[in-house]
Amino acid sequence: MALTQTKLDATEARISGLSLPKGPGWLTEAREAALVRLRAMGLPGRRDEYWKYTRPDTLVAPEATPAALFETEETCVFGEVDRLQIVFVDGVFDAVASDELTGEGIEITRLADVNADIHWAQGLYGALEINGQKPVERPLAALNSAFATDGVLIRVTGKVTKPVNLTYFHRSETSDEILHHVVKLEEGAEMTLLENGPAAARLNKVLEVDVADRARFHHIRTQGRDHERRAATHIFARLGRESLFKSFTMTANGVMTRNECVIELTGDDAVAHVAGVCMGDGDFHHDDTVFITHDAVNCESRQVFKKVLRNGATGVFQGKILVKEGAQKTDGYQISQSLLLDEDSQFLAKPELEIYADDVACSHGSTSGAIDETALFYLRSRGVPENEATDLLVLAFLVEAVEEIENEGLREEIASRLHGWLERRRG
Amino acid sequence: MLEIKNLQVKLEDEDKQILKGLDLTVETGKVHAIMGPNGSGKSTLSYVLSGKGGYEVTGGEALLDGKDILEMEPEERAAEGLFLAFQYPVEIPGVGNMTFLRTAVNAQRKARGEEEMSSTEFLKVIRAKAKTLKIDADMLKRPVNVGFSGGEKKRNEILQMAMLEPKMCILDETDSGLDVDAMKLVAEGVNALRSEGRSFLVITHYQRLLDHIKPDVVHIMADGKIVKTGGPELALEVEQNGYADILAEVA
Repeated sequence: MALTQTKLDATEARISGLSLPKGPGWLTEAREAALVRLRAMGLPGRRDEYWKYTRPDTLVAPEATPAALFETEETCVFGEVDRLQIVFVDGVFDAVASDELTGEGIEITRLADVNADIHWAQGLYGALEINGQKPVERPLAALNSAFATDGVLIRVTGKVTKPVNLTYFHRSETSDEILHHVVKLEEGAEMTLLENGPAAARLNKVLEVDVADRARFHHIRTQGRDHERRAATHIFARLGRESLFKSFTMTANGVMTRNECVIELTGDDAVAHVAGVCMGDGDFHHDDTVFITHDAVNCESRQVFKKVLRNGATGVFQGKILVKEGAQKTDGYQISQSLLLDEDSQFLAKPELEIYADDVACSHGSTSGAIDETALFYLRSRGVPENEATDLLVLAFLVEAVEEIENEGLREEIASRLHGWLERRRG
Repeated sequence: MLEIKNLQVKLEDEDKQILKGLDLTVETGKVHAIMGPNGSGKSTLSYVLSGKGGYEVTGGEALLDGKDILEMEPEERAAEGLFLAFQYPVEIPGVGNMTFLRTAVNAQRKARGEEEMSSTEFLKVIRAKAKTLKIDADMLKRPVNVGFSGGEKKRNEILQMAMLEPKMCILDETDSGLDVDAMKLVAEGVNALRSEGRSFLVITHYQRLLDHIKPDVVHIMADGKIVKTGGPELALEVEQNGYADILAEVA
């Protein structure tokens, strides 16, 4: 289908100030190809079905809307974790603040420093993104692959116990950043990737994860703090035989967040879990868009998304499970729920199943509800003040998603952050 | 001491009067029972006293040790020492029983200006009390009332009562849904809590609970009022003859 002139113009306007970053030949080729893809698709507009519940305007505009910096006394999440920390300030790698990029069983290279010698990354940068462009186009991800200025390439060859933590700081009110990370887990390898921080006034981020046979990847991310920040993120993952992929995201604050997660289960007996909690207060729009493709036998996928919304906040969930022909014994589960703390807030959900195999177990559910008054009264009748009782019920609502985090210490860290967020908002 | 004077209550949503001038005084340290046919307003009384929404007090007052509780929030009434053992204890998925109890105990202590209980002390106390009620460690860890049997739920109510040490306990049909053994266990738990400083108001349909929790005073309630008051023999009379005779007598 030919693009409308409006779309063409909007796309050219967005990229007119950008230039393809320099790099080795293979990377330049990948970037040029991404630019061709982007131009063929055009950036999303308000009429696109995939953007029905989230207005892409501010995410595709030529200029980022400035976002005030948010000062807080609160310590950074994961601060107590023994980790390998990699720091980005307004989308630029900060070598001084970062740990040395070395470790046993792991190779880490800054995207901006990539040279022709990194053979393992050739053919991988942008490859999973291309894969994820069908059957639904994701132009912001193509834009990212073409213009990403920084990021890291991580290759994991062993069982790495120390988590790698990407920390983002937002220091300029007008920062408009594009980051692209690639993670490749070789056969039997294992790692945990942590991400935290608001990154920029506007962030476009892609994370490509290639999980080879029997490899295990854990991902825990917090997006928060800054009230006015905007972000469009994509995770593209490909899973081999008996591999495991688990991703959890906690989002608090931010006027606009669109998190897309595109997973393809290509090897038998693979497991993919994606979970998220978001807490929206006031001028807050959060969109979780998930697309999981089962293309192998006896794989399991789980999507667990919980949203607490108040003071006019909006939550969106678009989640799809596609079971391809032959993907027998698929076990697919999807739940998206919202807790609306007032009548001004809203939750828009579009759960989808598309199944071409006949021996599968897939279920999905979506609910919106208010605080359970009976439970609230029960707690209050025992002496728990109303606001504290409400917090307990909110945490109880979120817990199913938080429990998707396997590591106990990290799970407790996230739970205590949730608690802190709620406490700060008590009247 | 709980003093209820001429209490009149209607449902908020519909123009239906439930309590029609109820008078009742439960002296400190005493056990009073309220019996009455279905629809007489027994459960409404327990809910209004504990502060549940949906009811409108149109007249009268309820004083706990001289303080009017009807204007208070439910949590304030609890901190003043009022406790309702629910007829249908509420299941709260996601909230651990232990977390719930500790939050409640410390919220009440805080409201009364007392020091909060440390987690070590709390664990020690709750383990001892749970043991006498045959509540195992697993039940303490599980979410509040989720997956509990009828008997477990009621025992859990009594455990809460034991932990919160209220002055005034209202038991709303605590015997409903219990087999004989479970009822005995619950009654033993209640009896263990009887003391000079603690009063009970036991609401029940049947006399059998009162075999185990012996009341000092028995009231018969009908059509939103106390219609007859007497000693434990009144409960036996109901058991033998039903409510019809008594209601005919007072009509």
